[in-house]
Amino acid sequence: MKNMVFREIEGKSVGYYVLLAGLALFTLLGLLAAHYMETNGHHVTGMTNQVVWGIPHVFAVFLIVAASGALNVASIGSVFGKSMYKPLAPLSGVLSVALLAGGLTVLMLDLGRADRVIVAMTHYNFRSVFAWNVFLYSGFVGLVAIYLWAQMEQRMKPYTKAAGVAAFIWRLLLTTGTGSIFGFLVARALYDSALFAPMFIIMSFSYGLAIYILVLMAAYGWTGRPLGDGVLLRLKGLLAVFVAAVLYFVAVYHMTNLYYAEHRAAEHFILVDGGVNTQVFWIGQILLGSVLPLVILFHPSAGKSRRSIALASVLVILGGLAQMYVTIVGGQAWPLDLFPGMQQSSSFYDGVIHSYHASVPEVFLGLGGVAIAGLIVVFAIKVLRLLPDSLGDDVVDVHHGAKAVAKPA
Amino acid sequence: MSEVNTSRRQFLGWGTAAMAGLAIAPGVTLIDLAHGKPDDQPVSSKVRWGMLIDANQCHSGCSDCVTACNKENGLSGGTGPDDSQWIRKMDLKDTHSGRVMSLPMMCQHCGNPPCTDVCPTGASFKRADGIVLVDRHICIGCRYCMMACPYKARSFVAHPVTDQKPGRPRGIGTVEACTMCVERVDAGLKPACVDACAAAGHEAIIFGDLNDPNSDISKRIAEYTTKQVRADLGLDTGVRYQGV
Amino acid sequence: MSVRPATFKWVWVSDVRRGLVKRGSLWGFAILGASLLAVALTATASGGEQETSRVPLPHPEIANPGKCVADTEYMRKHHMDVLLRHRDETVHEGIRTKRYSLTNCIDCHASRKNNSVLGTKENFCQACHSYAAVKVDCFECHSSKPEATAGAVFHPIVPSGAKAGPASADQGLALSMQQHMRNGLAATANKNPGGESR
Repeated sequence: MKNMVFREIEGKSVGYYVLLAGLALFTLLGLLAAHYMETNGHHVTGMTNQVVWGIPHVFAVFLIVAASGALNVASIGSVFGKSMYKPLAPLSGVLSVALLAGGLTVLMLDLGRADRVIVAMTHYNFRSVFAWNVFLYSGFVGLVAIYLWAQMEQRMKPYTKAAGVAAFIWRLLLTTGTGSIFGFLVARALYDSALFAPMFIIMSFSYGLAIYILVLMAAYGWTGRPLGDGVLLRLKGLLAVFVAAVLYFVAVYHMTNLYYAEHRAAEHFILVDGGVNTQVFWIGQILLGSVLPLVILFHPSAGKSRRSIALASVLVILGGLAQMYVTIVGGQAWPLDLFPGMQQSSSFYDGVIHSYHASVPEVFLGLGGVAIAGLIVVFAIKVLRLLPDSLGDDVVDVHHGAKAVAKPA
Repeated sequence: MSEVNTSRRQFLGWGTAAMAGLAIAPGVTLIDLAHGKPDDQPVSSKVRWGMLIDANQCHSGCSDCVTACNKENGLSGGTGPDDSQWIRKMDLKDTHSGRVMSLPMMCQHCGNPPCTDVCPTGASFKRADGIVLVDRHICIGCRYCMMACPYKARSFVAHPVTDQKPGRPRGIGTVEACTMCVERVDAGLKPACVDACAAAGHEAIIFGDLNDPNSDISKRIAEYTTKQVRADLGLDTGVRYQGV
Repeated sequence: MSVRPATFKWVWVSDVRRGLVKRGSLWGFAILGASLLAVALTATASGGEQETSRVPLPHPEIANPGKCVADTEYMRKHHMDVLLRHRDETVHEGIRTKRYSLTNCIDCHASRKNNSVLGTKENFCQACHSYAAVKVDCFECHSSKPEATAGAVFHPIVPSGAKAGPASADQGLALSMQQHMRNGLAATANKNPGGESR
């Protein structure tokens, strides 16, 4: 029986430093963009009194949703006892914390008064989903840290399962909280649905796994460590199931809205004549983000090639961003109906479709969040023993879990 | 504040006779709703400030309420997508009958305000007397309240603000909305839009205490059919509409 | 009557928590914090009581000096606390006493020259706050000008309560009450605020 050895990556190659520098550059650009937005006011963004949340929120909510999903790989190992996933768990934990940090940074830097973010820690309104999320996010980071400690420290091993279960339950709560940000908005036709909580949970499974697969492939490919087909095919099968499940929730959500007469016009807007929102929905979210990845992943031959698996993962991520765009921007583009049955007009854009044009700074702020998440992961795998030396087919038994006994280097 | 001195209390809008009466009996507190409350007393839930808007009296071309609001609160009056509009004139047309009407729309000062539910810091809050406000000292500018408001009543200050009116603070990065002219109400005056509408001869906006059965507004609501906008949401709005 | 910079580190920390400090960038705070710490350490090292400093003491110019609502030492240390308390009571409970209201402060402490508490290092708020390198957040939202004169042609000689004009009927009453209150307070707190005497 071979020992599974976890080891830091060397991280001394030119490629490593180029990657680090690139991520640092985008982080810097994101911070500069936030500074520019803050000093000039939000009028330099595309966000207005009509579309109050824009591209920064698309990125932030995507990253936060993906964060909880990225932990799933670890959960499958420790909570559901699938030992094949256990060697994959440390990276899963670090990735989830990194994605959460990236998303929260964007969310906080977009605040009208980012300088006052500390007020969100000193004043709480416990009826607010946002206030719950402050606890859910910080609790998540704490639990994942304990979970990682349990995985990486020999003496803590007995507590791995308990920590894993706690982190798993917490991440379900966390995504429920994120989905409820929208689900609890009673006034808007395209929100106001309890479906948002479970839909966001399944979305997190999908986005988080897609990101995990890409990070895993990059980490092993670029460091020359063996990554067996066994692991990858397992993960891609799981991804396909998640993508299909998201599609199911999306279908139910839209069917429900179509059935409610009061929401029909809003649904018609998203599905048929919403301009860019409709295009992003059908082309981005449905075609590129769901159908194409499903075709690739289920394809008998293409589904087994690494390039296709990577492509499908990229498409799932882009589809996720598209879904966030349709949810957040599209949901606000449809005007509030104050007087049903009446044509409404005013100087405050009542009764008209609200347009939104993302500005350069807000796009860079969003990308900055992605870069921060990347930076954390790239740095962490250099300083922490997160990755097994090998995930080759000779080491990992996809049917009966790891043949080897995991042991830190 | 402990250093209460009745002679310092401010009873704005009182006539000289009332002032003389106060001088004779300085210990008497006269919480007369038409004349404001003593400065050193907190607002009370015995009062529920509200408005009744009579769409039949509101003229389509008239926007005096909007102008008065802008002047009172130091708003620019701009109507760009980034500009704050605390009150706006809405034109409505029934899609079947073609009947048209015009009415002012602003914060409805809900009894169960969604904005205060979602606000993470408690910056959105409802005063004891029913006026819904933003405490801009602790508003972090997340705009969740704007997402939650069914009336599109709130604006986000997207530009640096200079030259504010003294006593009417407003500033960049925070959310703002109709305050029901809380400073005027506390001083015993009516909101600026109400006075402007009366000055224009329309008297389409009536302001008063919904909890007082003898107030003009309560009598009107008892007598005529009035409605709350989006009453289906169960928000118990403080602003009611007649003739819609 | 030296101002002790050593206390200002505490002021800064508490003011950030309360949202009183001027909007700046998050990273700006870090630099500010570091520099304040340096100032504090320098002050401590030199005893903190030295009259002679490379940074000249502030000498604010005040329209109506000598009538502050509390004595100078108290206000110097606690003005932010009384303002904070008053702020919360006013905004949330509708308590509108004048004594510690920001508008009341500004009404007296604005400069005759530019009718404001800000603008130059002679203006009341800016004078001390720039000396102590503590940013003020108040005037991002609040006017820095006195209530009575803003929007009108400024004339420092005319007492604010006597300002003529049809629109100011009830405002005038308020202001005369205010004036009365100030005089009453001046009797109990007539210590001349340091730096205010001309």
